[in-house]
Amino acid sequence: MVMEIVCPAGTPASLRAAVKAGAHTIYCGFNDETNARNFPGLNFDRTEMREGIAFAHSHVSKVLIAINTFPRAGDEGVWHRAVADAESCGADAVILADPGLLDYAACNHPHLRRHLSVQAAAANADIINYYAKVFDVKRVVLPRVLSVPEISAINAETEVETEVFVFGGLCVMAEGRCSLSSYATGLSPNMNGVCSPASHVEYHEDNGALDARLGGYTIHRVGQNEPAPYPTLCKGCFGAKDTTGHLFEDPVSLNAEQLIPQLQKAGVTALKIEGRQRSRSYVAQVVRNFRAAVDALEAGQPMPEGMLARLSEGQAMTTGAYKKTWR
Amino acid sequence: MDLTVGPNQFFWSADRWTEFYDDLAALPVDRVVLGELVCSKRLPFFQDRIPDAISTLIDAGKEVALTSLALVTLKRERNQTAALAEMGVEIEINDLTGLPHLPDGANFSVGPLVNVYNEGTLAWLASKGATRICLPPELPLASVETLAKAGADHGVAIEVWGHGRLPLAISGRCYHARLHKRTKDNCQFACEDDPDGLDVRTMEDQPFLTMNGVQTLSDTYASAAHQIDALTQAGVSSLRLSPQSKGFTQLCDQYRQLLDGKISGADVADAICSIDKNIRLSDGFLTGDRGVDWSGKQPPAYQGS
Repeated sequence: MVMEIVCPAGTPASLRAAVKAGAHTIYCGFNDETNARNFPGLNFDRTEMREGIAFAHSHVSKVLIAINTFPRAGDEGVWHRAVADAESCGADAVILADPGLLDYAACNHPHLRRHLSVQAAAANADIINYYAKVFDVKRVVLPRVLSVPEISAINAETEVETEVFVFGGLCVMAEGRCSLSSYATGLSPNMNGVCSPASHVEYHEDNGALDARLGGYTIHRVGQNEPAPYPTLCKGCFGAKDTTGHLFEDPVSLNAEQLIPQLQKAGVTALKIEGRQRSRSYVAQVVRNFRAAVDALEAGQPMPEGMLARLSEGQAMTTGAYKKTWR
Repeated sequence: MDLTVGPNQFFWSADRWTEFYDDLAALPVDRVVLGELVCSKRLPFFQDRIPDAISTLIDAGKEVALTSLALVTLKRERNQTAALAEMGVEIEINDLTGLPHLPDGANFSVGPLVNVYNEGTLAWLASKGATRICLPPELPLASVETLAKAGADHGVAIEVWGHGRLPLAISGRCYHARLHKRTKDNCQFACEDDPDGLDVRTMEDQPFLTMNGVQTLSDTYASAAHQIDALTQAGVSSLRLSPQSKGFTQLCDQYRQLLDGKISGADVADAICSIDKNIRLSDGFLTGDRGVDWSGKQPPAYQGS
């Protein structure tokens, strides 16, 4: 069976562009703190969601709704309503991370298909099978800490479908288990749906150097004519002992396009593209390229080569944890 | 409120490890969680010391629990997690992977690296047998209050991160190995040189984070010394102290006296800073705008703007 391309949409326009470009599946979120891309001007209100899903279904594409932050104590109703509204809008599945919310959805919306978000960081077959047994989870989005052989081993031990990230931003830390951002800025992926938020970024010029700061901490310093990378915490430049550099991860993004045949052999069901904050033209282009790749694979033809390099905006690319030496 | 000593987050030699738990037997703490939390490669170095440490602590009247690993990916790690149940003491799960390996009907506790952010998750864990939950350090006081109430309703004791460098992130990649231009599989145990982790500084040479193998911690030592009244009022039943290589005896004494109302939070903060002049404090996750913030006195140069 052809591998499923799961594509991000931050706006209704992106959703339509992705559908027209051939995405099998779109994932998106409501415009509030219930999803992990809670950026200003992004995401869907209830009417947009209903219309977007209807449009996708009319083109035989599916829509998944990410409700993948961790509900705030005392305010769980906001997240419960998001699950109920996802079902009434016609979503094909919800992507959840919080065990309490999974329990709520399984008990109150049993016919709404449940996927386990990458934010749950389920990194082995034991816990994946446990989520399937307890919450009837049908698919797991694997955390970006696993190599291809490890993914293969997981698929050999579980009936749960696996979805893996193949393109876009790369978390270096186990997802859903990182509070670096709230330590420095007060806002975190788990609680607020943001990481290293733009509201806490400052650029500062001094003596021919350009500093990028997050929450007051200078984590990049470049010459005036060099491009200043966005100060994402785990990709910042730091000093330890006598070394200065990108101690956690270089400012790279993930591109596993050449690993698609191996991922298929490893039993992966779906390939996920990161980037709900990206433009519709970017999304459409990435979808077209990945769709061409999986269609070629299905037809027994060679993979198109280097198709996405131009979309990386000059940024370096990595295959991340899929190759074991990354660790 | 009682005192729990959390699992040591760092890599210490087996002799240092044994000495630490021998000393702990005589300290005014009620509960000790031990075992390997961070990296499965460290465990073989002190694994055979664990049964004796458990006996020593139980003989001294402490409650004892054994932690699971924080991130379980490899077969070896799954086996280690499954084997915990054979040790005959309570398990503290720090990754939900611990759950399917628990004996049927066994009670267990939940560590700070499991995401318990709300009443729904607390109730679900209670239904599986959780009797104690140490909340994630990221939670603000308002969430602690709500969860302590929910804990009371479900018979779950609520514990809060009381002291120590904050566990901020866990990864598949070993940063100590990367710093030494090695891979994780060939790390040569570079983290052993840093018994409290390795300082990570900003481009302005400001202390910021701490590297500990696959784990990233805060530079600051979180301390709930100024929040004891609020935590007591909320119904929190235990304060967690995280092991550090220097002055831990003094630290336990200070927090005990604080809980007994004999000294103030400021006294405790002063005592902590007197252990090592490089210790900077924070309590911002509980009461500040950012995790790094500190409600007490501290030289402003250490803080980001």
